[in-house]
Amino acid sequence: MTMHRNVTVDDRHLDGNAAAGLLQEIFEVEMTTALVVCARCGTGGPIGTTVVYASPIGTVVGCAGCGRWLIRVTRVRGWCCVDLGGVADLRAGDDTTA
Amino acid sequence: MAGAGLPGRLSPRLLWRLATVSAVTAETPDVESIALDVPDWPGHTAGQHVDVRLTAEDGYAAQRAYSIASPPEDPRVTVTVARVRDGEVSAFLLEELRAGDRLELRGPIGGYFTWEASQGGPLLLVAGGSGVVPLMAMGRHRFAAGSDVPVRLLLSSRTEVDIIYREELDRLAGADPTFRVAHTLTRSQPDGWTGYRRRIDRAMLAEVGWPAAEQPRVFVCGPTPLVESVAAALTGLGHDPARVKTERFGPSGE
Repeated sequence: MTMHRNVTVDDRHLDGNAAAGLLQEIFEVEMTTALVVCARCGTGGPIGTTVVYASPIGTVVGCAGCGRWLIRVTRVRGWCCVDLGGVADLRAGDDTTA
Repeated sequence: MAGAGLPGRLSPRLLWRLATVSAVTAETPDVESIALDVPDWPGHTAGQHVDVRLTAEDGYAAQRAYSIASPPEDPRVTVTVARVRDGEVSAFLLEELRAGDRLELRGPIGGYFTWEASQGGPLLLVAGGSGVVPLMAMGRHRFAAGSDVPVRLLLSSRTEVDIIYREELDRLAGADPTFRVAHTLTRSQPDGWTGYRRRIDRAMLAEVGWPAAEQPRVFVCGPTPLVESVAAALTGLGHDPARVKTERFGPSGE
């Protein structure tokens, strides 16, 4: 199936659920239930509760507490670059599901 | 980063699958449901979504997440798509897609905003516009699984014709008094309208929802401003924020 191109600016404030596919592609586990702790303010919670900004060049996962970035994912010429520099702790797996 | 750990079971690897459109159904003037046959679909949980990818002739690809509307018991995967302003993907899906067409899809995705009947209730479901889609999957699952979990659904729509799943919700609520549906229309109301006539607020949530003492599981889905105000109002009513799960689809709705 093909689509006729009609590029629009795509900059949206969403939540961690919107980054679920992208993060699962990278980590190969379900990530919206993963627990993430902010390196700046210490706020912790499921990635589903974070704030996400998505644009054609990349996705930023931000802290629901202080707004600072936790995870940045950019795509450049086929490369997927993942920066976890805003994260103090990240735990995924069976023990995190409620 | 210190302390990163990724133990435990690996999820099924996310594969792009070629799905075939089996039916397209109008829900409102701006919303359609698209039923898909997906080969080797691994099954899903109510509340999960799929990523849909469209590729243009020049190779440009656009990808969007759509909540699954069908319950896990349904072998077909149905998504409900709302037209959004300047939305290239929703415009294509609503205007071009026909039964027999194919599109690329991967999923199911997500585990935070999900509910299974075995988790119990009561349930409070609050939606704005097409935010009702993942909540409808929960409601349909509740009936398909034969669950008796009491459900209260509050749906905010702009006008009467914009109410998604109106007939089905009426039918379900009419068939089972423990499945209650309340509507509010924010832009205009027809003569004789007996529902609410304003944006969802704390007083409405107190009337429609469960007392915090009943410890309901709450799911809120809609545009970001609605989700934020509803979550704040529920916290103000004493609900444990950890039991209030939210999913927002942003100002554009796509």
